[in-house]
Amino acid sequence: MSAHSNALDHAHDDHDAHHDHHQTFISKYIFSTDHKMISKQYLITGLIMGIIGIAMSILFRLQLAWPNESFTVFEIFLGKWAPEGVMDPSIYLSLVTIHGTIMVFFVLTAGLSGTFSNLLIPLQIGARDMASGFLNMVSYWLFFLSAVIMCCSLFVESGPAAAGWTIYPPLSALPNSISSAGTGMTLWLVSMAIFIASSLLGSLNYVVTVINMRTKGMSMTRLPLTIWAFFVTAIIGIVSFPVLLSAALLLIMDRSFGTSFFLSDIYIGGEVLHNSGGSPVLFEHLFWFLGHPEVYIVLLPALGISSEVIATNARKPIFGYRAMIASILAIAFLSTIVWGHHMFISGMNPFLGSVFTFTTLLIAIPSAVKAFNYITTLWKGNLQFNPAMLFSIGLVSTFITGGLTGIILGDSTLDINVHDTYFVVAHFHLVMGISALYGLFAGVYHWFPKMFEGKMMNKNLGYVHFWVTAIGSYAVFFPMHFIGMAGLPRRYYSNTAFPYFDDLADVNVMITIAAIVTAAAQLVFLYNFIISIFYGKTGEKNPWKSNTLEWTTEHKHIHGNWAGEIPSVYRWPYDYSKLNEDETDYVLAGQDYVPQTVPLQPNEEEMNH
Amino acid sequence: MTVFLVLIVIILFAVTLWQMSKIYALSKGKSKDVSGEVANDKDNSVNAKLMIMFTVFLYFLMFYCFWYYSKFYLPEASSEHGSKYDNLMFISIALIMFVQIITQFLLHFFSYKYKGEKGKRALFYADNDKLEFIWTIIPVIVLAGLIIYGLFTWSDIMNFEEDEDALVIELYAQRFNWKARYAGDDNTLGNANVRFIEGINQIGIDPSDADGQDDIVTQELHLPVGRQVIFKLRSQDVLHSAYMPHFRAQMNVVPGMITQFSFTPTVTTEDIRTTDYMKEKMRTIQKIRNDRNKVLAAAGEPALDDYDEFDYYLLCNKICGESHYNMQMKIIVESEEDYEAWIKQQETFKASIADQE
Repeated sequence: MSAHSNALDHAHDDHDAHHDHHQTFISKYIFSTDHKMISKQYLITGLIMGIIGIAMSILFRLQLAWPNESFTVFEIFLGKWAPEGVMDPSIYLSLVTIHGTIMVFFVLTAGLSGTFSNLLIPLQIGARDMASGFLNMVSYWLFFLSAVIMCCSLFVESGPAAAGWTIYPPLSALPNSISSAGTGMTLWLVSMAIFIASSLLGSLNYVVTVINMRTKGMSMTRLPLTIWAFFVTAIIGIVSFPVLLSAALLLIMDRSFGTSFFLSDIYIGGEVLHNSGGSPVLFEHLFWFLGHPEVYIVLLPALGISSEVIATNARKPIFGYRAMIASILAIAFLSTIVWGHHMFISGMNPFLGSVFTFTTLLIAIPSAVKAFNYITTLWKGNLQFNPAMLFSIGLVSTFITGGLTGIILGDSTLDINVHDTYFVVAHFHLVMGISALYGLFAGVYHWFPKMFEGKMMNKNLGYVHFWVTAIGSYAVFFPMHFIGMAGLPRRYYSNTAFPYFDDLADVNVMITIAAIVTAAAQLVFLYNFIISIFYGKTGEKNPWKSNTLEWTTEHKHIHGNWAGEIPSVYRWPYDYSKLNEDETDYVLAGQDYVPQTVPLQPNEEEMNH
Repeated sequence: MTVFLVLIVIILFAVTLWQMSKIYALSKGKSKDVSGEVANDKDNSVNAKLMIMFTVFLYFLMFYCFWYYSKFYLPEASSEHGSKYDNLMFISIALIMFVQIITQFLLHFFSYKYKGEKGKRALFYADNDKLEFIWTIIPVIVLAGLIIYGLFTWSDIMNFEEDEDALVIELYAQRFNWKARYAGDDNTLGNANVRFIEGINQIGIDPSDADGQDDIVTQELHLPVGRQVIFKLRSQDVLHSAYMPHFRAQMNVVPGMITQFSFTPTVTTEDIRTTDYMKEKMRTIQKIRNDRNKVLAAAGEPALDDYDEFDYYLLCNKICGESHYNMQMKIIVESEEDYEAWIKQQETFKASIADQE
């Protein structure tokens, strides 16, 4: 295979030498098949969706802190859904639903995995581009289309989907159950169906590229952990996304063609529906068969990015490289057989609940191994606190805090009383929301120079961004555990309808204030991001002194990544601070890192990589 | 107290910003610095200090939450299985907080201690099978213990044995209220289906089923203390979830199937009202409501409803539409005699049909 691909590379080199690529504006910036441009498209689309998603969360946090009060901002953004500035209960549910959908799928799946898989897979494995540049382009434009449809659904007369991001039928299946279960829900389903197609095309491309297009010497055990994470993420996506598509299709049939996959014995709006024999529990199984792996589709790329960033900035090899790969594989495998822990009290057989408790708690083991390995990587390092490093350390911190409460929720017994309360909200926001966002930020700060031709983001603004976000997000989500333990259900428009929860009002105010401050800190990031694209200082070719292949390319983006031959690889990517055999100096004198392209040195001890 | 916490947060933010401005000024001064936007020794040392301050913040936040917010925890369980639940919860929280405190300390302390300095040499330390084996096997053992404990409790709760005098009650969910159907003298619920809904027969009891004639439909849930209750849950429209937090009980209500849950209430409504926990809680809530009433009175708006006695409640905990947040039912746990007296006053299905005709 490698001989074959080398021959192709040489053909490509000749090709490059003879022609300049004449690109029009459209082929360069819009319908580009170049993975670097596509990754930027993913990132910017993802960030825009992120702004929408976070803004929504601020709107409903205002309602939760000061229920039934009038806000001008509601009048501006919600219009008829906020008569006299007071939020309507049905738009509250829509906001919660669309916030969840956007953040999980559009920001953390496409914005994170889409951006960095596209940017890093070819650059870090030493390939000229993705296996199929065309499919890659189609994948982005399908994603864009689905994002546009999702945004359009916000302007539907009867309101956007409001059945929760899990869209459980019958609520989502009966257009007359709530006003927003009509056109808004249809658009939601259409948008998701297109999103799934986009995700599948992208994932297939990633898998094929990683398997077939590694450069000479780049064995699987010499891959950076980022690539392992993207590779395994793509596989989970291919396994689980089609199941969500089938769930969506069956739901569309129930809604529009009178079938009864998920519906039975329903009396609504003064009449009995004809449906019989279906079961909403079936939908829950199908949904969570994707829904749970989705958590890891979101999280694994973030963990891969943090592994790479921590090793580089600690100037140390990642501790337990093989254990890290093994735990990625173990997490991926287990992630497909734990979905039932979302359904302990759904009415499914209690015995199944026992099985899912068992598999769920097992997943804590590889997660613990990863956390310990990160901590050991920091030990006796020479830590360079670049913003990306801070976000990676922050990721480990929230991953531990959020992951630990998973031990409570994964236990079927304990789940009984905290299921669907704010305890769950706190748990998943910390472990997948905040952690994955930190991964996204770490990636942006670290690879910004690679995306924008050597420009670097301002580090001081990065520090402000990190510290305010780190304090703010703990202040938002840690107290939430306690209102969950008080038995406060999530997705309540207001908890003042009856007096029992009155004493929680103060905590809700505190959380909302922290949320607003944290969201404001993201404006610092946006400012830094946009300004740096145009006015950022141009740094060195390899600013973080990193070993991986992407830093051997020039600042200027060219089609095919390397002007000459693709570099060959002689070692794993983590030879940081490795000493020579007599331990007098580093392997390369005076330089604490050995890029993957450097052959084994005469005075160097060989490792098994 | 919240004001205090908000103040602390604001102060910490301020300190952070002040430190930031300091580095900003420092980095501005050294414009010749070739490293540009890459962290230098100054950045490393400032951020290492911030790491320690952040650890203090994190520990403070955890301590504060446990100290002041643990009063929000639900009172001791009012059901038989609930005490086992509370034990397991206590053990799990103690365990995860132990791990949390140690790992967060190591993470942030290492970040502080090993901050980068020019010329410092990091230790090339790529593997240690023994160490990795240890931190694989410890979670395995601890989790095995938790899993076994949890699964025994789970199976006790879910695979309950039916007592001879167990009370069978149907919980009926419809948007946006709850109804309870008692099985009557024969302790057997009559057949029911949404297709029988008609006129006064709002929950669709089969009129031709003899078992259903003595069934009693009520708007409140009365439970005799110390007697096992078996709930059969039925929904008329969408998914709901019957959440009874004080009894550590929850089960989804699924249209098209009958789900079930069982517990034995152990504390009467009367008794829980006299506990210190509940008295304290009611005092707090009443104070909050009085304060708010003053504001409302000043604005010329009607005062809030009185709330001077606690009642158990059943909440809907699965999104079901606009008024999901306001779908609840009062639960009253009382002595066997009080319960018998109450149920005698309720009208049977047969009687209510006869009334109608």
